[in-house]
Amino acid sequence: MHNMNETNMTSQSQLQFSEARMAEIRELLTHYPENQSRSALIPILHMAQSDFGGWLSVPVMDYVASVLNLLPIQVYEVASFYSMFNLKPVGNYLIEVCRTSSCWLCGAEDITAHLENKLGIKVGQTTADGLFTLKAVECLGSCGTAPMMQVGANYYENLTISKVDSILEELKKENKYSRYC
Amino acid sequence: MSAKILLALDHIEGIASLPVYAQHGGYAVLKKVLSDISPQQVVEEVKISGLRGRGGAGFPTGLKWSFLARPEGVPRYLVCNADESEPGTFKDRYLMERNPHLMIEGMIISSYGLGANTAYIYIRGEYFYIARILEKAIKEAYAAGYLGKNILNSGFDLDLHVHVGAGAYICGEETALLESLEGKRGNPRIKPPFPAVQGLYNCPTVVNNSETLAAVVPILDKGGAAYAAIGIGKSTGTKLISASGHINRPGVYEIELGIPVEEFIYSDEYCGGIRNGKKLKAVVAGGSSVPILPADLILKTAEGAPRLMSYESLAEGGFQTGTMMGSGGFIVMDEDTSIVKNLYTFARFYHHESCGQCSPCREGTGWMERILHKILDGHGSITDIDLLWDIQKNIDGKTICPLGEAAAWPVASAIRHFRSEFEEYVLNPHLIEDVKHYYRLQTT
Ligand SMILES: Cc1cc2nc3c(=O)[nH]c(=O)nc-3n(C[C@H](O)[C@H](O)[C@H](O)COP(=O)(O)O)c2cc1C
Ligand code: SF4
Ligand code: FES
Repeated sequence: MHNMNETNMTSQSQLQFSEARMAEIRELLTHYPENQSRSALIPILHMAQSDFGGWLSVPVMDYVASVLNLLPIQVYEVASFYSMFNLKPVGNYLIEVCRTSSCWLCGAEDITAHLENKLGIKVGQTTADGLFTLKAVECLGSCGTAPMMQVGANYYENLTISKVDSILEELKKENKYSRYC
Repeated sequence: MSAKILLALDHIEGIASLPVYAQHGGYAVLKKVLSDISPQQVVEEVKISGLRGRGGAGFPTGLKWSFLARPEGVPRYLVCNADESEPGTFKDRYLMERNPHLMIEGMIISSYGLGANTAYIYIRGEYFYIARILEKAIKEAYAAGYLGKNILNSGFDLDLHVHVGAGAYICGEETALLESLEGKRGNPRIKPPFPAVQGLYNCPTVVNNSETLAAVVPILDKGGAAYAAIGIGKSTGTKLISASGHINRPGVYEIELGIPVEEFIYSDEYCGGIRNGKKLKAVVAGGSSVPILPADLILKTAEGAPRLMSYESLAEGGFQTGTMMGSGGFIVMDEDTSIVKNLYTFARFYHHESCGQCSPCREGTGWMERILHKILDGHGSITDIDLLWDIQKNIDGKTICPLGEAAAWPVASAIRHFRSEFEEYVLNPHLIEDVKHYYRLQTT
């Protein structure tokens, strides 16, 4: 079933960053003045999303609030502002196709249509096996190598239909949740 | 002739690593500055250079630096704006990915000039892999003694950190960026106070674009006057241009400011002409926010003079017949392009990216997107075109930050220069099936 939910289905009390992550967070906190630890919120939300199943559930956000000694609302309001934070479950692979001008001019709509066909889903949906979520996003700074898509942290550029096919094949073979940070 | 200053080393294998960068003269300028030049002189050289902010507004960098408040005992910050989210712009990515040490060296020299002991690189979240490249380079710089305490025995201390955003165009606006860096929503602040007085953690802060900070290295290397000798008039030095769209050679090009637009589009050294032998229809010359111009007006001013790649020449004619340099995101459209559909992708973008603080921007951007969608769906009317015009006019100048204008100008300019195309769409909706075509992938 949806392995994407695995971590988030564990109860809140089991939500815990690994010791390595905690060390990373301690180091991160040294980047900011002592009374400004709130600055670490966005980087830590990235870590939480990466470690706890690819999205930010309320228990995960509450946990992050406790790590930084913030009010939960201070975390919710930030998590809901930024497009990279997923407030709903996503597939193991979040495929983000750029839809803005330069990519559109170079055939992004063909890429999206092909992905929809191939995956049997529409933009905004997740495949039944929980492997892929398809999303249309705004310019990712890859306009000169359009059309493009991002999967996890990886950029795939100068896309063609056959290139998309082989990327999908590879991801399916790998079949593991792609951490991005 | 291409003027390679920022990209002089970008082709060298391994230039992202410190030893290779050092072999090619890297950090020599920092050494010279720390031993021979006072902080005041650094600011002075940057002033003399005429360098203008490369993030979009083109504000003179030296002047901005001279505004930095310097109260006793209050820390000052330098923040590098590497948010790069303006559609059509991808130069900072290229610069940081290829040659991260150049920008880092520029940041150390700039921090020394400004008396900042902590600096941050705020980079858009999607550029995670570049954040890793920068972190690695910063580690190398610490190990070599170019960062940390008492750098090269100068008595100057600097800590430099990479801070990753999480997807929000508005965080490129400097005050939204500072909010975001403080761990908050990216809502722009009302100015004044300006960041130079109250910026990060309410302390005096300078925010500069990645390319601006990288340019500080050649300026301190050869001197401000030598840099000012490059370029044309008040457009001194070189500029990175991100070229995309229907051209044969998309990519990042470093140009000497002042070359003719025509040369930039058609020369094989740059864009290499329009792909598939098509004709040029329009150009968005400085990123999605600047006015779109039809072929005749981008190649020549209304007076018939050749249009140049400079701040002044691109702006000549004002909004009636000119545009802006902006971030240097140069988007080229061939004769088959639907201007209405292209505008729709921009309108959708600004609606998506509005932070929602100001009603004209929050409501207006959504309204414009919906009207354009309606027109493209074949249900538009002539009054919709006038309504679009009205809405953009009611955003322009009535918002907290310039995103409002950035959303309004593309609409205004598209209607100004291509009104007949909008009319064709609403008067002959059956034609839309033909013009609704989207761009096909290149099959080659
Ligand atoms: C909506 C909006 C987005 C912006 N995005 C960026 C950006 O991604 N990168 C950037 O350097 N400047 C951006 N700017 C401009 C910054 O506010 C600021 O002027 C710039 O970082 C100053 O650096 P500079 O003087 O070196 O250009 C943006 C401005 C606005 C209004
Ligand atoms: S103009 Fe738009 S983006 Fe800028 S502050 Fe107002 S609502 Fe936010
Ligand atoms: S328009 Fe798609 S990456 Fe910029």
